[in-house]
Amino acid sequence: MSTIKISIVSSSEEIYSGEATMVFATGSLGELGIAPGHTPLLTGLAPGPVRVQNGSEEEAFYCSGGFIEIQPDLVTVLSDTAERADSLDESEAIKAKEAAEQDLANKDATLDYAKASAQLAEAVARLKTIQKLRKNQ
Amino acid sequence: MANTKEVRKQIASIKGTQKITSAMEMVAASKMKKTQDSMLEGRPYSLKIKDVIAHIASASSEYPHPFYQERTPKKACFIVISSDKGLCGGLNTNLFRQVINKSAELNKEGIESCFALVGTKAASFFKGVGGQVVAVADKLGDKPNPDDLIGLTKVALDMHKNGDIDQVYLCSNSFVNTMTQKPGVQQLIPLAPAEQDELISTHWDYIYEPEAKELLDGLLTRYIESLVYQAVVENNACEQAAKMIAMKSATDNAGDLIKELELLYNNVRQAAITQELSEIVGGAAAV
Repeated sequence: MSTIKISIVSSSEEIYSGEATMVFATGSLGELGIAPGHTPLLTGLAPGPVRVQNGSEEEAFYCSGGFIEIQPDLVTVLSDTAERADSLDESEAIKAKEAAEQDLANKDATLDYAKASAQLAEAVARLKTIQKLRKNQ
Repeated sequence: MANTKEVRKQIASIKGTQKITSAMEMVAASKMKKTQDSMLEGRPYSLKIKDVIAHIASASSEYPHPFYQERTPKKACFIVISSDKGLCGGLNTNLFRQVINKSAELNKEGIESCFALVGTKAASFFKGVGGQVVAVADKLGDKPNPDDLIGLTKVALDMHKNGDIDQVYLCSNSFVNTMTQKPGVQQLIPLAPAEQDELISTHWDYIYEPEAKELLDGLLTRYIESLVYQAVVENNACEQAAKMIAMKSATDNAGDLIKELELLYNNVRQAAITQELSEIVGGAAAV
């Protein structure tokens, strides 16, 4: 089976590097499924899981936005902050979501509305990743 | 001649200082390991983003990005990266000297300078020199967060976008090894065109989702940010290494000084004893 090289990096560390038969990610315009030989594509990355499939094995990584570059034989994910999805703390994510929602609720002059809604989107995406991982187990 | 009590006091005080410097040396040595690790951890990202940028540069994009365009330079911005704390030998001063030289060189060509500063030391130095400071980011600590630098980089990039500045330079120390740190001034904008790549031979372009302009803007901004972040992390490793060396030589010097003072102390003590003896002998002879 043909494979595609994938590397996921964030500015403070290398998250993953290896071969994949299929990569799934959330682009800024929707879900992406990347198979080997994909046409060159450059797109933004929405907060959410990046799943790397190699044969029957699958690994998921949480990315909170960034960019994804695709060449026919190469996928590069430039994540803003990415951490292993396994290590995500669900209660932390819920707390972050609650805090963001609270910020949204009392929308006064001092609050940056755009920032708060971005935080909310991120917290929801984190939760989604964790729940997906739970189901797979 | 000095009396023994004075010399003893001096020895005790230098011993105190020596203890402090040797403790600082050990602290710097242990921190050096950590800062070097975080320098290495950041490398994959900068390498990957460099690859992506090189691919983009070789693609026949319909949108030429302003970061690549040479304009007649009228004003340049220096992003100067220094340490927050002193006691690290000539690390900061050597860098500042290079920056000042470069700025003077540009001035001769009629190009003005302004400064965006990282680290307390640069902030206080350029305040003293009286340059135009547009942004400061300090007290980043030993493990700087990429987010802390976004603001500073944005100030410089926005000024470039508005046409207030035409060139951006990144000034920082690069880590050669523990003994050597090399200060350098590197041009960020205009970006140097990418090296020839095998991809360049064919005419191709990406599919951009959503817009080429938006994506390239974001990506190139991220690229500059990553260069600045990497420079800060590297400068941190330089700081700890320089501090370790500086503190080691301070400890050695204190040791030398103590040796000399101990010799002096013995001389003085011996002289006092000899004098006392000769007084007793003289007294006895007089009786």
